[in-house]
Amino acid sequence: MADPEDAKKGWFSRLRDGLRRSKSNLSSGINEIFAKRRLDEAALQELEDLLISSDLGVATAGRVTERLRRAKFEKNISPDEVRGALAEEIEKVLEPVAQPLEIGTEHRPHIILMVGVNGTGKTTTIGKLAHQLKEQGRSVMLAAGDTFRAAAIEQLEIWGERAGVPVVRTKTGGDAAGLTFEAVDKARSAGVEVLIIDTAGRLQNRQELMDELAKIIRVIRKKDASAPHHIILVLDATTGQNALRQVEVFGELADITGLIMTKLDGTARGGVLVACAEKFGLPVHTIGVGESIEDLHAFEARAFAEAIAGTGNKSEAS
Amino acid sequence: MFESLTESLSGVFDKLTKRGILKEEDVTAALREVRIVLLEADVALPVVKDFVARIKARAVGREVLKSVAPGQQVVKIVNDEMVAMLGGEAEDLNLAAAPPAVILMVGLQGSGKTTTTAKIAKRLVERNKKTILMASLDVRRPAAQEQLKVLGEQIDVATLPVVAGQMPVDIAARAISAARLQGADIVLLDTAGRMHVDQGMMAEVAAIKAASNPVETLLVADSLTGQDAVNVARAFDQQVGVTGIILTRMDGDGRGGAALSMRAVTGKPIKLIGTGEKLDAIEIFHPSRIASRILGMGDVVSLVEKAAETIEQEDAERLAKKMQAGKFDLDDLRAQLRQMMKMGGMQGLLSMLPGVGKMKNQMAGAGLDDKALKRQEAIINSMTPKERRHAKILNASRKRRLAAGSGTTIQEVNRLLKMHKQMGSMMKRMKKMGSKGMLPPGAMPPGMGHLLPKK
Ligand SMILES: Nc1nc2c(ncn2[C@@H]2O[C@H](COP(=O)(O)OP(=O)(O)OP(=O)(O)O)[C@@H](O)[C@H]2O)c(=O)[nH]1
Ligand SMILES: Nc1nc2c(ncn2[C@@H]2O[C@H](COP(=O)(O)OP(=O)(O)OP(=O)(O)O)[C@@H](O)[C@H]2O)c(=O)[nH]1
Ligand SMILES: [Mg+2]
Ligand SMILES: [Mg+2]
Repeated sequence: MADPEDAKKGWFSRLRDGLRRSKSNLSSGINEIFAKRRLDEAALQELEDLLISSDLGVATAGRVTERLRRAKFEKNISPDEVRGALAEEIEKVLEPVAQPLEIGTEHRPHIILMVGVNGTGKTTTIGKLAHQLKEQGRSVMLAAGDTFRAAAIEQLEIWGERAGVPVVRTKTGGDAAGLTFEAVDKARSAGVEVLIIDTAGRLQNRQELMDELAKIIRVIRKKDASAPHHIILVLDATTGQNALRQVEVFGELADITGLIMTKLDGTARGGVLVACAEKFGLPVHTIGVGESIEDLHAFEARAFAEAIAGTGNKSEAS
Repeated sequence: MFESLTESLSGVFDKLTKRGILKEEDVTAALREVRIVLLEADVALPVVKDFVARIKARAVGREVLKSVAPGQQVVKIVNDEMVAMLGGEAEDLNLAAAPPAVILMVGLQGSGKTTTTAKIAKRLVERNKKTILMASLDVRRPAAQEQLKVLGEQIDVATLPVVAGQMPVDIAARAISAARLQGADIVLLDTAGRMHVDQGMMAEVAAIKAASNPVETLLVADSLTGQDAVNVARAFDQQVGVTGIILTRMDGDGRGGAALSMRAVTGKPIKLIGTGEKLDAIEIFHPSRIASRILGMGDVVSLVEKAAETIEQEDAERLAKKMQAGKFDLDDLRAQLRQMMKMGGMQGLLSMLPGVGKMKNQMAGAGLDDKALKRQEAIINSMTPKERRHAKILNASRKRRLAAGSGTTIQEVNRLLKMHKQMGSMMKRMKKMGSKGMLPPGAMPPGMGHLLPKK
């Protein structure tokens, strides 16, 4: 059961908790490597290895390490300084993509489409997001566009109840594009500000499913040429290098406008997001750090970079 | 988009294919490429390091002298070692328990437990004709119990009726007693997804396991998992104890390195893979297929075969040289016997030659079939290396020992030695005639064919 104490803690400390609990903790790794050491080739190699262990990927880890080499090579450097410098390098990559989800008032409804691979957390994130918007005083409607998976509609309905927002639905096996069409109409006539549309999970290499998604987008555009105003790809933090493929293909075939990463409350560090930021530069809006309705937080480059580098961990641990 | 191991290795080896000898520095250079390929395939770093060290030991040591294209040779070693590490053979579910046998599904959130539960149920109904009861112990995720119920309806498998407010351990107990009452063979327990660092939730699943005594505890994991795979697998194995792993979303274009990571840290077999959202999309795990996927080469099989062929070719050439020098020892005879057996044995070999149909029957009558080849090999296997190199030292007492050791007779031993001797003198004659005598791989050495029909 979710610990209510846990839920109250800030996401960042929970993120760190997760990291700290992991035995192969990156920052303690750095401590081992750099206690009273020069930043030499061997040390850099080990540092690169540690970044790879955070899912940055070989190429990105190599580039970050290379920048560190240029800045600090052969200098006597304390573990704290290495961590600081590392966090800085990572932050530089993430800084430009850390962009909160801006939902203006010029479109009514402002339409958000949630897409992604199976089980990454789309439906849950919609529930959390609806709650957050509701708290901000916005009116929200949800559309149960996953007409494929068993009980996906019921799942979204429960999230709708929790967040206190209406859910437009059809039956399982129904036509997702048709439901979407109908939902846009309903949102319009109800005058809600934000419509969030759930979709079935799909692997990016399944052409027929990607075609179906393209069709959903076309249907929405028929109703409002400027919509969907956000098409958000939900990534699972435990996913490795395939996340790059996901961003690439969903980007090409579904015009995604931004990313959300979930499940950062485990030991996965989500380093592939650094690689994604380097390669695609798509905005990263929020992160999921648990299963409760409150567990959605803004994506902050500095905090994320620090969590990977373990900066400040020493003072907080113990 | 992936650079396959074959491509990256051919880059490394291009400059030395002509030189043809695997030195330590060449292997090290090749293994740098192997390391990158594995990391890009999401094999966890500690597992990669361990794997690379093993390959190095094998490549530099034993096989270093063979002059196959070095890239191919390393690829073959890498592939073989990976298949071995992945478990070698496919392994199915264990159902050996007094009914109702309990199968417990565990794993992280969204890994595919509920879907896989229904897939396994369908499989066991169709293939093993089992009666099944499925129960959802997931009281956390919205509509989780409803999800399993709907899946049960789709495949016509019973699900335990939901009692609102009941706790997971109690649901498990109720499921088992219901199964007993209904006479079900197997109970499938689906559980809520949980983070391996969530101590409360891990304790809960450990309690479920203790209460239900499952014959299989299956860790359901996403094949797209990255470096975290080792943490997840280790935590679930240590805190809950798993008997097997199921990898889902193998229908994706992920390289599946998590398979190697999880297998390496737990030693537990990967039993099944999920290959789609539909309920029949589940298959037995084949280590060799996943190995080539991780290595990023569909062509690995043919490549490896080609390498093996080249190695044979080389053996044949070496043999031909030895023959010309008149140094045809019993080691060489054994290699030749083995090659003949591999080529389909005596029958297979002869059927490739034109006009030998009748001879085949004659031979069978004379007892010269594949069994004879095997017995001959057994005799040579019983010899010491020294005896194999110097057949002359085989006196009566040694021959008795060989016959006893190989389960044959003194006569058979003598016949083999005579054959070997005749082959040797035949070769010397060939040498005098100035024949180059290069043998194609698997061809019978001169003398052997002449000997055969006479028995
Ligand atoms: N620990 C944790 N679990 C999460 C998080 N986000 C989602 N989950 C869980 O992940 C599982 C899958 O979430 P869903 O929202 O159903 O995922 P989905 O992408 O809608 O899945 P499909 O519709 O089947 O493709 C559920 O058990 C969620 O509770 C998160 O940030 N942390
Ligand atoms: N493409 C594909 N999708 C799969 C596979 N296995 C499961 N899924 C999908 O993955 C998503 C999550 O599956 P679930 O069975 O709900 O996962 P779970 O582990 O029970 O999730 P929680 O109970 O929330 O922890 C669903 O959309 C499934 O359809 C597979 O092998 N291939
Ligand atoms: Mg969903
Ligand atoms: Mg489930």
